[in-house]
Amino acid sequence: MLKKNSEKIIEKSKPLGWVLEPDAKVLMKLQGFDIPDFILTNSFEAADQFLKKSESPVVAKAVSKKILHKTEHQAVVTGIFSSDHLKKEMARLQKLDGCENILVEEMVQGLEIIIGAKNDFQFGPVIVFGIGGTSVEIYNDTAVRMAPLKPGDVSSMVESLKAKEIISGYRGRAGANMEILTRLVVNFSLFVMELENDIESVDLNPVICTRDRCVIADARIILPSP
Amino acid sequence: MDLKCLFRPSTMAVVGVSTSQDNHPANVIYNKNHLRYPVKTFPVNPRGGLLNRETLYQSVGHIEEDIDMAVIAVRAEFVPKVVEQCIKKGIGGAVIVSGGFAESGNLSLQQRVVDIAKEASFPFVGPNCLGIYAPDYVDTFFLPGERIIRPDKGNVSFISQSGGVLVDQMVKFAGQGIGVSLAVSIGNKAYIRETDMLDWLDKDLGTKVIAFYIEGFEKGEGRQFIKKAEQCSKPVVVLKAGKSKKGIEAVSSHTASLAGDYRVFSEIMKQYCVAEADNEYELTSFCESLSCYPKGINPNIGIISLSGGHGVIAADACELHGMLIPRIEQETIDTIKEKLAPEIRNIVSLVNPLDLTGSSVDSDIVTAARHLSRDINIDCILALLIPYSPGVSTDIGAKLSQVARNEDKPMIAYVPNEDKYKIIIEGFELNNVPVASSVEGAVLMAKALKRCRSC
Repeated sequence: MLKKNSEKIIEKSKPLGWVLEPDAKVLMKLQGFDIPDFILTNSFEAADQFLKKSESPVVAKAVSKKILHKTEHQAVVTGIFSSDHLKKEMARLQKLDGCENILVEEMVQGLEIIIGAKNDFQFGPVIVFGIGGTSVEIYNDTAVRMAPLKPGDVSSMVESLKAKEIISGYRGRAGANMEILTRLVVNFSLFVMELENDIESVDLNPVICTRDRCVIADARIILPSP
Repeated sequence: MDLKCLFRPSTMAVVGVSTSQDNHPANVIYNKNHLRYPVKTFPVNPRGGLLNRETLYQSVGHIEEDIDMAVIAVRAEFVPKVVEQCIKKGIGGAVIVSGGFAESGNLSLQQRVVDIAKEASFPFVGPNCLGIYAPDYVDTFFLPGERIIRPDKGNVSFISQSGGVLVDQMVKFAGQGIGVSLAVSIGNKAYIRETDMLDWLDKDLGTKVIAFYIEGFEKGEGRQFIKKAEQCSKPVVVLKAGKSKKGIEAVSSHTASLAGDYRVFSEIMKQYCVAEADNEYELTSFCESLSCYPKGINPNIGIISLSGGHGVIAADACELHGMLIPRIEQETIDTIKEKLAPEIRNIVSLVNPLDLTGSSVDSDIVTAARHLSRDINIDCILALLIPYSPGVSTDIGAKLSQVARNEDKPMIAYVPNEDKYKIIIEGFELNNVPVASSVEGAVLMAKALKRCRSC
């Protein structure tokens, strides 16, 4: 059963046709998935306070019902260290089309992967997993499996990638924590099974994987057209 | 769904037989079954009268005997009425050959037939199909017997959405000596669908391999199919058509654009160990090797050849198809070397792929096959036999099959498909070792076992 709050979020997003990033992240958090610390605000002071408390640089993103693909609209700024930089970028983001709020969040650095889901016409919910980031379609190094997944499916997905060594660790660089990654992908597939009739597709992209975390840095949920 | 009435009928009515057109589909079907099959066949035409001195029945209701199945080959608009008559007569099921339904936009007429049939649990194949070829039982293909090439009775079942592809595949099976237990063209698959056939064939004792030609599934049907294939005790092979992307749809998420329809199909087949063949040649090879070896393997191939060139060609094809040519144990090499005829001991190459040279004789080949089979790094043996080599006897097929049986490791042979070498080919095939007619064909047979490996 979908938790009540999750249902509310999906219901609320139906007129728009997709779930705004902050809501999508809350939805993921309700499932027990790891998301970055964030603050949703229009006040520079609040954002600045968040930056000062944060141990890492921050990311600022425009939250707009008119912007589904943020990269194309320059609606994401990564690697903000200073208050000046934050102030300047916040002012710019606030001027973007339909910008309601600024999402400021901790910036986790690591390996970028994509975990996606699609409600396939013939097979129902399927999971996509692979190398993530803004160029996923260009590399297209992904694997597809029918949900729900077993832990063994996750290993076989990693194994089938051209870039499998990047995930397992390569030339002294840490790869992903396979135990955490496996748990996330399996649980995500179970979550998608529950949502079968409520979603058209989901992109968790990027999910940032480090030695001890798999953090969903962006989430996009597309709802079925009525 | 009990489909025995369709695939093992004792009595059959053919509805739509013409008194004026000898080559009408119904006449072709009536003639071939009446004259050449054990099924007792009754011709039906509303006008009645005689056809070739036999009684033409005005409707199925006019036949006194119980009827197992009906073949319906009347104009589309008359089909609902004929189906109703069949149900009233208590017939078990039908093949609806007639076209003019969903395939030409006539969805409502097709739905009417389905509604009538479902209500009465009256299963039918089609419409718009060739129907059933069950060797020794029945043949509803409306192609004159003298025009088609029929494979012998065997243990491969093939279910196809397209009648044309089915007939073509029969020619290929026959050419490779692959026998068929049941071939069904399901056409518009309005009632009996792939999933029903999978259920039936899983239980059918005559079938060892189940192959499908699939164009597409309905909503959610792919999931149903794969769940049944997962439970099925026999290897399942599929050939998918319609792989290209239809138009450029506007997709709003990365996932949707990464996971196109065919990609999803293909990856899920892999996930559930259904052997997807890339083309009709692979389909043929897959069916032949899986009918001998129903269990999958890891793709570690040991190659024995009598010519260096054949070994290299096979190794290249293995790499292309994702199979490995592992290094073998030194102990294996030493054992083989010790047992080879002294004349060839110093000219052979015992690194995988093994080259026993054209000077080797039967006993050398048998020795190499036996000990290569025992090597822990090897899961499947490819025996590339060039029968023109003077030391190879006509018994080599039978001798090597003994090795395969004793060592319990799949062996696949390559022998050129020539009448002259028939005795060698049969020596293998009658002893359950598949034979390919090309080196690449042998590699494709090994690929089938890899595709089917237990995950």
